[in-house]
Amino acid sequence: MSANVNTSLPLEYQTEQSRMNILGFWIFLGAEIVLFATLFSVYGVLYKNYAGGPTHQDIFMIKEVMIQTVLLLTSSFTMGVAIWEMRRNNKKGLIGWFILTLLLGAGFLFMEINEFIHYVHEGATMQTSAFLSSLFVLLGTHGAHVTFGIFWATMVIIQIAKRGLTPVTARKTFIIGLYWHFLDVVWIFIFTFVYLKGMVL
Amino acid sequence: MGIKWDEILITGDPIILGSQIAILLTTLGIIGGLTYLKKWTWLWREWITTVDHKRIGIMYIVAAVLMFFRGGMDGLMMKAQTSRPEMSFLDAQHYNEVFTAHGVIMILFMAMPFLIGLMNVVIPLQIGARDVAFPQLNALSFWLFFSGAMLFNIAFVVGGAPDAGWTSYFPLAGKEFSPGIGNNYYAISLQIAGLGTLMTGINFIVTILKMRTKGMTLMRMPMFTWTTLITSVIIVAAFPIFTVALALMTFDRLYGTHFFTVAAGGSDMLWANLFWLWGHPEVYIVILPAFGMFSEIISTFSRKQLYGYKSMVVSIVAIAVLSMLVWVHHFYTMGSGALVNSFFSITTMMIAVPTGVKMFNWLFTMRKGRIKMTTAMLWSLAFVPNFVIGGVTGVMLAMGAADYQYHNTLFLVAHFHYVLIPGVVFAVFAGLYYWWPKMFGFMLNEKLGKWHFWLFVIGFNVTFMPMFFLGLNGAVRRAYTFSAESGFAPLFLLSAIGSVILAAGFAVFCYNIYWSIRYADRNISSDPWDARTLEWATASPVQHYNFAKLPEVKSLDAFWYMKKDNEGLTLKDEEIEEIHMPSNSGLPFLMCVAFGIVGFFLIFEWHLLAAISAVLIIAGLIYRSFDYNDGYHIHKDEIKKTEGAWRKMEGKVNNHVS
Ligand code: HEM
Ligand SMILES: [Cu+2]
Repeated sequence: MSANVNTSLPLEYQTEQSRMNILGFWIFLGAEIVLFATLFSVYGVLYKNYAGGPTHQDIFMIKEVMIQTVLLLTSSFTMGVAIWEMRRNNKKGLIGWFILTLLLGAGFLFMEINEFIHYVHEGATMQTSAFLSSLFVLLGTHGAHVTFGIFWATMVIIQIAKRGLTPVTARKTFIIGLYWHFLDVVWIFIFTFVYLKGMVL
Repeated sequence: MGIKWDEILITGDPIILGSQIAILLTTLGIIGGLTYLKKWTWLWREWITTVDHKRIGIMYIVAAVLMFFRGGMDGLMMKAQTSRPEMSFLDAQHYNEVFTAHGVIMILFMAMPFLIGLMNVVIPLQIGARDVAFPQLNALSFWLFFSGAMLFNIAFVVGGAPDAGWTSYFPLAGKEFSPGIGNNYYAISLQIAGLGTLMTGINFIVTILKMRTKGMTLMRMPMFTWTTLITSVIIVAAFPIFTVALALMTFDRLYGTHFFTVAAGGSDMLWANLFWLWGHPEVYIVILPAFGMFSEIISTFSRKQLYGYKSMVVSIVAIAVLSMLVWVHHFYTMGSGALVNSFFSITTMMIAVPTGVKMFNWLFTMRKGRIKMTTAMLWSLAFVPNFVIGGVTGVMLAMGAADYQYHNTLFLVAHFHYVLIPGVVFAVFAGLYYWWPKMFGFMLNEKLGKWHFWLFVIGFNVTFMPMFFLGLNGAVRRAYTFSAESGFAPLFLLSAIGSVILAAGFAVFCYNIYWSIRYADRNISSDPWDARTLEWATASPVQHYNFAKLPEVKSLDAFWYMKKDNEGLTLKDEEIEEIHMPSNSGLPFLMCVAFGIVGFFLIFEWHLLAAISAVLIIAGLIYRSFDYNDGYHIHKDEIKKTEGAWRKMEGKVNNHVS
């Protein structure tokens, strides 16, 4: 809150309020970890309850999932580059890489929605069985986070464009970066424990 | 979309009709009163848009007292219904609705906001800060709680009340067995309030970690600050589980999924597990801050430093860890097998160890102290033996094998009221008497306080002690009546009489507030209890910037030593600097309205309307993202004037140490 500015730190860490916001966001990510851990446990309890409906092998499309994974992992990399550009105080570079990140995220989302539509066509809806309920909600929660992230990041890009790189816009960008990488980590777990495990076992 | 207008308002029940009329009249009265007194702008400017932690705290407390009244009425209705065998005051369905409302309201809308309210008022002051880390988020937390609480409270007059218990176990709470919309209220309104609580948790962790004044190391923090920190950690660790559980419940009820259903591979016990994975930590979320308040009060009125400070800290951390490892003790009878039940029996009993350590520490704090029998201290003294009864019966319940006998009887109900009432209710009363002068600049009447105390404590014991024996004799919980042949009648009657005494105590409390507002002496010291922690080092009521000069801490009980060594109590003109403050904002309140609307439509399963009105929430978020208001500065002159007013001429704080 106070104007206590420390210019020896990276831009996003310079004010006390920014440092508090970043710490607060880390704690929020802690809560998000619990949230996803709970969803994974629910899936872990229900994932074999097909109730006569389709099983993993019946519906999963491994090629599409691979593409989704590549898109999202790449977007995490471009996000990293964006933050690196921010540290170099290169506004143009930051915005460019940031937009690329969001495009990759949108591509991921597009693929995921198609995947859901495909499932429904196969007769695998959220209401079919406990397995599918838990699958849709786990994937859907992740997808909703990505969607939210895209809209949120768009707001921030507008602010960077209008205001340039200030301690506030830098902090906002940095926090979205954390969020984005977090979603990537969650995806890695989904990929491993939902898709790979579901295909192999 | 098939709105059945005639089913929105509940009709045909005299008690509900009475409540509807009462609600209508009260609303009209409030609106009329505010208009007549021209208080609308005052209300908006000073309270609704405030981001000041002290005012937010007071609003939490006011809401909690109102909810206590509502939950207490529900309790009295149940006691009236079971006062005689085969009574027909409430029928079975109505009794179900009443105990559900009572349980939810008491825990989530009375105990939680009361404690969070006191935390809000006290914690920033205790650590020598000017506000919490995120003042506007704090306001949003309050307003989300308020939105959820109001939604839940209208259930019984609009659309139908939830009736599956505060635990809402499946399959009963599912669409199959509860087809009405009542249980949607549970899922949606607790979700909204829970979001607010999660934000409070994050806010207080950052506040306590980052905003302590100079010299206040972690091991110099007052005990209430410590317990608030640990409580906030438990909130962040446990509430997301509830978020998920409620979301899945919503999916099951609104969108036909199969998480907890009997059909299509769902698992009803999954709900019980998720609920208690949150639910047990939740009871520690409400008990730990209460422990902190007792620590402050006992130490102040024993005129001694808290005994065993370090072991207190270790104990609360141990309790926090163990609280996550005991949830299965709520359903030993589910039949998980001997090994699982034994494991959870042992972890549950282990919690008694750190709790016992704390008990002895409080007793040793009092040992050889010069105890002052203020009302706040009386509550703390009564807490010790009463809570021990709750604790000992808790250890009885912890034994998996024995629990097959106690499970779902009134023995359990007596047990948890013996921990929740002495643990939480006594604490919030003690805290209110203790911090009231800090909040308002006058004290609550001590004599009426003692009437409140004795009536409440005696009434409490007369109400709940018989329930232990009823339970051991086989009286089940959540049963709306019993037969004369059961032989339960005398104890049930005794218990009902007790609840009337208890209610009389609460009435004295309300009267005390009224009396003190009208007649209490306004001319009191800023440190009327001769206290030990920093919140007493500034004016009462506290000026909006809290401290003109941030205090410096050299040891535990910082203010006590400041007074004793006569250090840091004065304020020189040249020490005054401009102070930066956050601006008020109406957005949190508007978000409360937006969440309320969306929640309401979801409860009624009007999905299209819900989706449309969700735009309001999104608009609020976008507005907030583009909001670059970074507050204002208070000028030196204003600070000088404010400080001069309460420091009197010599520029000193009360420095009397007895
Ligand atoms: C103020 C006086 C109170 C009275 C007279 C009272 C009375 C009762 C009664 C009669 C029941 C239902 C017993 C049954 O038939 O199963 C009950 C249940 C309950 N009470 Fe209280 N109570 C009081 C205060 C509290 C407080 C302060 C809390 C929590 C902070 C609380 C939490 C609960 C809970 C969680 C239940 C279980 C609800 C359920 O079965 O779903 N009560 N209470
Ligand atoms: Cu428990």
